Amino acid sequence: MRKRSIALKGRRAREVTLGYALLAPAFILLAVFEFFPLFYGALISTCDWRLRCVKSIGLGNYTRALHDPDMWHALLITAIYSLISVPVQLVLGLFIAYLLFQKIRYRRTLRVMFFLPYITSTVASAAVWSFLYSPDRGPINALLTRMGLPALRWLNEPQGVFTLIGSALHIDVPAWAGGPSLALVSLLIYTTWVFVGYDITIFLAGLGNIPNDLYDAARVDGAGGWATFRHVTLPLLSPTTFFLLTFTIIGTFKAFNHIYVMTQGGPGDTTTTASIFIFNQLFQFNRYGYSAALSFILFFVILVVTIIQNRVVGRRVVYD
Amino acid sequence: MAATSVNQESHAAGHSKLTYTLIYIVLFAGAIASILPFVYMVSTSLKTYGSVINNNFWPWPPFGVEGLQWSNYPEAIRTVGWDDQWQTWLVVRYFANTLIITAVVVAGVLLTSVLAAYAFAQMNLPGKNVLFMLVLATIMIPNDLVLVPKVVMMYNFKWYNTYLALTVPFMANVLGIFLLRQFFLQIPKDLFEAARIDGASHLRYLFQVVIPLSKAAIVTIALLNFIASWDEFKWPLLVTRDASMRVLAVGLQQFTQSEGGTSTQLLMAFATLVILPVIIFYLFTQEYFTQGITTTGIKG
Repeated sequence: MRKRSIALKGRRAREVTLGYALLAPAFILLAVFEFFPLFYGALISTCDWRLRCVKSIGLGNYTRALHDPDMWHALLITAIYSLISVPVQLVLGLFIAYLLFQKIRYRRTLRVMFFLPYITSTVASAAVWSFLYSPDRGPINALLTRMGLPALRWLNEPQGVFTLIGSALHIDVPAWAGGPSLALVSLLIYTTWVFVGYDITIFLAGLGNIPNDLYDAARVDGAGGWATFRHVTLPLLSPTTFFLLTFTIIGTFKAFNHIYVMTQGGPGDTTTTASIFIFNQLFQFNRYGYSAALSFILFFVILVVTIIQNRVVGRRVVYD
Repeated sequence: MAATSVNQESHAAGHSKLTYTLIYIVLFAGAIASILPFVYMVSTSLKTYGSVINNNFWPWPPFGVEGLQWSNYPEAIRTVGWDDQWQTWLVVRYFANTLIITAVVVAGVLLTSVLAAYAFAQMNLPGKNVLFMLVLATIMIPNDLVLVPKVVMMYNFKWYNTYLALTVPFMANVLGIFLLRQFFLQIPKDLFEAARIDGASHLRYLFQVVIPLSKAAIVTIALLNFIASWDEFKWPLLVTRDASMRVLAVGLQQFTQSEGGTSTQLLMAFATLVILPVIIFYLFTQEYFTQGITTTGIKG
């Protein structure tokens, strides 16, 4: 009896050891490359860092950031980018997904086509779009000229879009109403092109989860197409929409690759978003402490935005 | 989102002919806009420089006299340059680097995720739940937040400008652990008891029963990590210096900034080389992709 329980204990001990051994690789990697950097980053952000912490300056980097007009400008650009990009993407994505969800042919082919921009390397497709936008030999300007319209400078245009429209119509638009630069708008068009396919895919999955009997019930009640969409589809789709909204907002705040390839933050600083600004502080100027502090500030901003968005929109989500 | 049945299409009443025509026009216009830049990329890569700057849309017969300029591809490769270290073209090196890194990262993620997920799902360990919460908590740490300390660590480890910096930090993935754990939890415990009576150890059970049962989930995780790894740009830009250590994305971006990048037809040839493999790969695996992206919501 006793012998057996010792044998069992031995087996149990071996099993526990094995279990921890299986967890170890993932745990060590996550500890070293996720948890530790979090604290290390906090330390770096309180330093004047040149290869090592040459001087501890407390919250110096943070107060410097708060007094840095460039940082505020970068946050403003990020906010504009996000505020335009998110609704445009979601509305367009839902619209196309809803059309694809009707009884149509070639659905698979169309889906694949819409999804291609999302699947390809961002750097490569951004390089292609830089060429499309190119002011002197880009196909977009060639098309505009052939249609008798003026050529535009697209990614190289620091002027606001409303200023440009105004000057085309010979109206003076005041500086404060100039709107986002055409360069930023060009980036937004590219962003929409990339991410709409993703939104469509997620929306289609959401649409597929709405039970058919609800549509049948709506039809029996005499609801038309719009009424069905408004009172059946939209509320039941709200968890999907909510997920996409959260995901897209965070995504726009982190956007980097295509902006770096297409404009590097220029012309001037009209497309310098927060992520570009932080990257330049690190990559160009080697300001480790400062960019670490900026990363924490941006994280805090994203956190606050997400919480507000949860509070405001989360309540309207219908879970069945 | 509990799904009783997944619909492929709306079962609402059909539409009038006019409505259908409009739907098709909108959908096809959008779909063509989605692929037009790729068409332009490929067609430009086959033009002469003259046709590119003159914006000649179709310089080939029957409307033009030029032949397809396949020579742009070898010329692009020559223009990008030569890698002395491996005695090969830099483009080849970029491809090799990207493939090596992607393969190592995907293999690493799969190994660490499978092992950890198995321990979490099928083994009885003290403190297991606390540990799992710890793993989940790392999802809350955004990549960009820990970018600076990670770069500093690469210098400290003497990993800067090596393959280690490009692979090791990505070899554990919370999402992979989480998804596989969910999958493994669905495998009935009785199956293990039965295997146990037959004398199978945990490891044998994992590799002979659990993994074959979870092929779909494993493929999905592999695909998502493949795409994320292939797309990686910011990190390699930060932790590599030499041209021979570049991945495709960085190599292409550097080429756009170089003198050679002003020859648009060469740039487009290079871009085609980067994009085409992924598109072909996607066309063969798109079902898994759609599945993976709708279950996880993310690219990687």
